[in-house]
Amino acid sequence: MSAERRTAAELAAALAAGETTSVEITQAHLDRIAEVDGAVHAFLHVDAEGALRDAAASDRRRADDSPLGVLDGVPIAVKDVLATRGLPTTCGSRILEGWVPPYDATVVARLRAAGLPILGKTNMDEFAMGSSTEHSAFGPTHNPWDLTRIPGGSGGGSAAAVAAYETPLAVGTDTGGSIRQPGAVTGTVGVKPTYGGVSRYGLVALANSLDQAGPVTRTVLDAALLHEVVGGHDPLDSTSIEQALPSLVDAARQGADGDLAGVRIGVVKELGGEGYQAGVLARFEESVELMTKAGAEVVEVSCPSFVHALATYYLILPAEASSNLARFDAMRYGLRVTPQPADGSAPSAEDVMRVTREAGFGDEVKRRIILGTYALSSGYYDAYYGQAQKVRTLVVRDFGAAFERADVLVSPTAPTTAFRIGEKVDDPLAMYLNDLATIPANLSGVPGISVPSGLADEDGLPVGVQILAPALADDRVYRVGAALESLLAQQWGGRLLDQAPELTGAGA
Amino acid sequence: MACMPETPEHSISREEVAHLADLARIDLSDAELDHLAPQLSVILESIASIQEAAGADVPPTSHALPLTNVYRDDVVRPGLTAEEALSGAPEVERQRFKVPRILGDEQ
Amino acid sequence: MSDSLMSYDQALAAFDPALGLEVHVELNTVTKMFCGCPTTFGAAPNTQTCPTCLGLPGSMPVVNAAAVESAIRIGLALNCSIAEWCRFARKNYFYPDMPKNFQTSQYDEPIAYDGWLEVAVPVEGGDVETYRVEIERAHMEEDTGKSTHIGRTGRIHGADYSLVDYNRAGIPLIEIVTKPVLGTGERAPDVARAYVGQLRELLLGLGVSDVRMEQGSLRCDVNLSLAPKGSGTLGTRTETKNVNSLRSVERAARYEVQRHAAVLAQGGRILQETRHWHEDTGITTSGREKSDAEDYRYFPEPDLVPVAPGREWVERLRTELPEPPQERRARLQEAWGFTDLEMRDTVGAGALVLVEQTIAAGATAQAARKWWLGELARRANESETELSELGAAPADVARVQALVDEGTLNDRLARQVLDGLLAGEGTPDEIVAARGLAIVSDEGALGAAVDNAIAANPGVAEKIREGKVAAAGALIGAVMKEMRGQADANRVRELILDRLG
Ligand SMILES: [Mg+2]
Ligand SMILES: [Zn+2]
Repeated sequence: MSAERRTAAELAAALAAGETTSVEITQAHLDRIAEVDGAVHAFLHVDAEGALRDAAASDRRRADDSPLGVLDGVPIAVKDVLATRGLPTTCGSRILEGWVPPYDATVVARLRAAGLPILGKTNMDEFAMGSSTEHSAFGPTHNPWDLTRIPGGSGGGSAAAVAAYETPLAVGTDTGGSIRQPGAVTGTVGVKPTYGGVSRYGLVALANSLDQAGPVTRTVLDAALLHEVVGGHDPLDSTSIEQALPSLVDAARQGADGDLAGVRIGVVKELGGEGYQAGVLARFEESVELMTKAGAEVVEVSCPSFVHALATYYLILPAEASSNLARFDAMRYGLRVTPQPADGSAPSAEDVMRVTREAGFGDEVKRRIILGTYALSSGYYDAYYGQAQKVRTLVVRDFGAAFERADVLVSPTAPTTAFRIGEKVDDPLAMYLNDLATIPANLSGVPGISVPSGLADEDGLPVGVQILAPALADDRVYRVGAALESLLAQQWGGRLLDQAPELTGAGA
Repeated sequence: MACMPETPEHSISREEVAHLADLARIDLSDAELDHLAPQLSVILESIASIQEAAGADVPPTSHALPLTNVYRDDVVRPGLTAEEALSGAPEVERQRFKVPRILGDEQ
Repeated sequence: MSDSLMSYDQALAAFDPALGLEVHVELNTVTKMFCGCPTTFGAAPNTQTCPTCLGLPGSMPVVNAAAVESAIRIGLALNCSIAEWCRFARKNYFYPDMPKNFQTSQYDEPIAYDGWLEVAVPVEGGDVETYRVEIERAHMEEDTGKSTHIGRTGRIHGADYSLVDYNRAGIPLIEIVTKPVLGTGERAPDVARAYVGQLRELLLGLGVSDVRMEQGSLRCDVNLSLAPKGSGTLGTRTETKNVNSLRSVERAARYEVQRHAAVLAQGGRILQETRHWHEDTGITTSGREKSDAEDYRYFPEPDLVPVAPGREWVERLRTELPEPPQERRARLQEAWGFTDLEMRDTVGAGALVLVEQTIAAGATAQAARKWWLGELARRANESETELSELGAAPADVARVQALVDEGTLNDRLARQVLDGLLAGEGTPDEIVAARGLAIVSDEGALGAAVDNAIAANPGVAEKIREGKVAAAGALIGAVMKEMRGQADANRVRELILDRLG
């Protein structure tokens, strides 16, 4: 099999066995990017030189028998919302076009410390605001299953890059579903870890109390391998958890035997039914049935506050974001647009800030900044932000009650399959609905995974199932996720992605 | 934090949007103001349900996992060189960030 | 531009002033509030920054434990309650010297609240009146960067552009806010000055800040309002920003009393605004209007977790506090044998710690007092600086006195050494050597000078021979002149009397 078709675990094994080199693997992926990314547009920046240099260094370590870890030499792509020293970081925004951070995010520093060559930075909705990657200032990413469709968002670039075999691994970030929903609509695996499980230092904040970085891969085991590299306590992130992670790789390997005997699976009543596409529900029910056959005990649980989760999210997120994005003011970095006042006077700093922010931010970003400014402004705080924080308590309580009856909770990851590019871009509310099922996990900080669960009958596009576990029990999403993955693979005789159309020749 | 007893109306006027844009330092065009006011009203309408979703007795949650007292020791950690600090600056003069004249007083 | 003023006495006859003082103290922690950058004053621009204090995208804050400890100690020393649980909040507003365009501060949950400080104000006739200033809160926040305004004026108004240095951004600040101070009447400016002076002394004693007003490590905003005499109401206040010496605190308060009174007497309305204090002209000018519409959109900082100081920690810090200023003064007065008046002058001049440190360096209590309240106080007065900011270290002053005691210097030479100290010429011994100031103890040279003086003043010499010893003064003067002051006057007298007696 060609290098780019292999999983990260397979590549790691081949490297360990000396059957291949990191330079060969990295070059194969760079070639693939050159071949297909003109059509997919998953990358905003490709660092061929840096990746090959790091790959060569990795090969020297392998030759010295001193690899930095299991994934030493396996290339990776990083969502453009994470600061990379010496590599442009734009967050998909004009306002940061050309900015090269003088520091690495902790996640990126850990990738480098583990020897993973960084292929480049992946496309995203501007400042991670969106569910389709259409809000990138640098043009949309296309879904490898159907290039006229969206790859999900905000991390559509990372998901599409993995789905298109441009990289075996990618890092995404998930504030309301931006790892899991793109995973679902591209037939890939995405994990949102427990809040605080992966450092946010260097992750350009969208909503600080919701953001979490995590793995974007083709298999559950690959996700576990990557999670173990990037996760763990970071003294630079005050909200980072100090407890050691349970072994996620072990959990994924254990789950792969497909045995779910004794596992209690809760189906969340509020995350299904009305508003969900028929094909999405059909694949979800099949997956639940499959897990039942594998020994799981299935119960229905109710989380009544979840109906308010979307509204809660759309108050907390814009409020925090409006403050986070205030720093983009043309003074210290990024875009500066200098107006020429009609009276010939020199423009003031205030003028430059206003004009730059008007020119540098896209519509969705402006919409949310205004909404967030409103929600925080004097007189409205208690009714909006304050109230949203209270509803958040109810969501946490609902999860607590549900996890007393079930070890994991399941739902469809996204209500629909990938829609057409342009279809919802001017209808913010319709766009927001994509995150209906994923948002509760962000509000309560619990971990979640999206695993491919088949193709919808009506459009033949991928569908994902979401598995949620209690905070700090990330191992459970890997165990159950791996079990479902292998049960489905037995049924399909391979991975879902094997059914994706060939992209060869679709290049620039 | 700031409080106002009555429940706000879930609509937002063009003037309000202009005021918010001023607070947020965004020079919105007339067309954007026309467009945004009704759009934000629709969004506010759709999120109005949370007003009744939780009673006064429910405590707020700011972080899902409640941590307290996370500190660092008072020990110097290497930072950026002046060159690195200034590397993204639109304009530099005398090793400082050069910014246009400032109108308002400091706070 | 200049406002009309009412005479101070007239103003006080018609109005009751209300004071409010907001003091920002820069802590002397090694690193900043939320990052590990050093806080050294005077470093080259933008050499003490990191992603966090530069507000780079993605950066995050982590609270400095030492700053929290200092905040608690300050709170305890001000008799405050210490919060069991409190948070940081974001104060959102745009300003180029603030890297994130929000200040990470505390809002409605300050770490310390509801305290007081007893302030002793010297009054004419040598008495002291004591005022209890209620402390509303002391909270933690971060400093901003520093802008230099380039243009004809050198000020922000009329500048062509500005240059920003972020070394100061993120240095820990404690903001200490009083409740309205009422009932001070004509003493309002004195109380304001005494409060800041004693707060400064208290902070110095705690060792939490350099409290150097001229370097901005202690900054004071003076809030003042007037209400019709006896009305019991509060008028509209103005906030005079960054008043950076004790003397200016008093002057600014006095000026605003006079200005408000003139406006109100003419039926005018006081604008709720900030005012700028102009040290050179001694006036305030209009700054930024403070309207109720000011909207900082505070919300809890989501990148930080709550501060919940354990009670054992707080109680341990309480037991480790230095003794309260009142008790300390009583103890020192007793130990030094100062009269009430001497003690009051010492405290009033802000010399308590200086005298204490000078004594610790070996001087007697009276010698220490003599230098600090005499020669040095005179110079501080002349240059309108605080004693502590004069440039004379207590150890140096003690050394000067030791040189006098050893007979190396006389008082006149000692004053020249002080000149050298204030000019930064080095240690007292270095100055003595460099300026050639030591008393000449070479008996040969001294004897020759005495002989010359006698020869040149035969009439005076004759009087002394006749027993008029008092006339020796004239000859001593002549000898000292020839020796350019570098002689021990007592020894000269002995030599003269030996020869003529
Ligand atoms: Mg403040
Ligand atoms: Zn710093």
